[in-house]
Amino acid sequence: MCGIAALQLRNPSLHPEMGSLLSSMMCQIVDRGPDSAGLAVYDTPGLVSKGTSTLSLLGKDQGLPLGEITESLESLLSPSATPAVRVVGDTTLVSAAVGTDLLVKAVRETLPGSTVIGRGEHVAVMKSVGHPMHIAAEHGLEAMAGSQGLSHTRMATESAVTAGGSHPFSVADDLCLVHNGSFSNHATIRRELKREGVVFDSDNDTEVGARYIASRLQQGDDLETALINLGKVFDGFYTLVVTTADSMAVVRDPIACKPAIIAETEDYVAMASEYRALASLPGIETARIFEPEPGKVYTWSL
Amino acid sequence: MVTLTAPETTTPTATIDLADSPVRDLNQALHEATDGQSWTVANPGGKHSLAVGIDADISVAINGHAGYYAAGMHKTGTVTISGNAGVGLAENIMSGTVHVKGDVSQSAAATGHGGLVVIDGNAGARCGISMKGVDIVVGGNIGHMSAFMAQAGRLVVCGDAGEALGDSIYEARIYVKGTVASLGADCIEKPMNIEHLKELEGLLAAAGRTDNPADFKRYGSARNLYHFSVHNSASY
Repeated sequence: MCGIAALQLRNPSLHPEMGSLLSSMMCQIVDRGPDSAGLAVYDTPGLVSKGTSTLSLLGKDQGLPLGEITESLESLLSPSATPAVRVVGDTTLVSAAVGTDLLVKAVRETLPGSTVIGRGEHVAVMKSVGHPMHIAAEHGLEAMAGSQGLSHTRMATESAVTAGGSHPFSVADDLCLVHNGSFSNHATIRRELKREGVVFDSDNDTEVGARYIASRLQQGDDLETALINLGKVFDGFYTLVVTTADSMAVVRDPIACKPAIIAETEDYVAMASEYRALASLPGIETARIFEPEPGKVYTWSL
Repeated sequence: MVTLTAPETTTPTATIDLADSPVRDLNQALHEATDGQSWTVANPGGKHSLAVGIDADISVAINGHAGYYAAGMHKTGTVTISGNAGVGLAENIMSGTVHVKGDVSQSAAATGHGGLVVIDGNAGARCGISMKGVDIVVGGNIGHMSAFMAQAGRLVVCGDAGEALGDSIYEARIYVKGTVASLGADCIEKPMNIEHLKELEGLLAAAGRTDNPADFKRYGSARNLYHFSVHNSASY
């Protein structure tokens, strides 16, 4: 069992409330996964900004003072890239006005032991071990504005309870994946992806799903096609939510082992493992509420 | 507003507001209720295990959406949910009536021994799984693997049925008005005789529906898989 709560805000006037709405959803899915949790927020002022790349690094302590990290990045990139490093909760955010690939290279050189858990122009990813609401509070979710938000509470089954094994998995620019369930043939697919040169950060089955989708998108699939292809290749139980810079997708395995419920209004699309996570959203009384059908890919774009 | 004392005979309805009262208090109050009472549940908020194990002849109105296992182990009286219900609605219902005005998630009326479950909207996968005597009337569609290993009772579907309907079915009777995506192992279409039309008419009337029994098809067990035979191993 794991819990998922995701929110895409269609009405910009709700953007300032993204964090408080997502937080109210998340506290209803804690029972489903109390051991660790993760968050992805999009277009949150103070965390990301247009025209700069932001990397989310696992942990607040990278082994070097923030000033030294900034200096190293300045010398590796250039001072005009204006690299900035800051700590949010248990996450270190590194930004610079360069492409993400270049920034990843500079960060790897500066901090060889670091783990990149999020990358892109729009997304910040935060994850940790412990009570999900403590993790959300530590990162200040309540006060965050944004266009989309994704949260996951984990009950670990396939791999250890570690911050790195928490969801979301974000392995390509602005792409995030959360998963309720377990993939049974992930080791086989992991080997195939490794042969293609894909590098993994964890032993987690969901990371294989994220790497697979990133690989399909790179090969030209759109998000819907990538998820249809995932259904052909992956065996196991899953409800997945995938977010990109401007879209959100939901898919359940063909025998619908894991729950999902969606509420749609003119103002937002919200998805959660259980209805109780949607119950306090504004306008829920008149929302279109439905369970996604097994094996069908649903996508929404901003 | 919490009203947890048993209602006076002069007050027709007692209300429990789950916005400020725990589910445990609701269920305790319903277990202490006496025949003839009416109860209303406000702000259910998708909470789990609402109105479970009722064994007095009371009527309970849940005004909103219910979570998992609503009206489970129901024995007497009526539970009406004016909204949707989550996984395992009326699980192991023994008798009495459970009515959902919206949609329900998977495994509705699972292992139900008796009583009537009416769903005005759609039901998810595994509706009536291992049903043992319950009657289920669904106004909309049902999902895959419904009536799996159904042993007794009747399942009426006014919409369409998903894949593998009635897989490994024993003696339950299934009536479907719309299409059936596929039949499960050992489930076959059977003739609609006069007694079946009569039975269906009664079930539809009990559910407050006006569908014409003549529009339905009947499905049931071919009775080929009752006892294990190695020759059937490919059919399981």
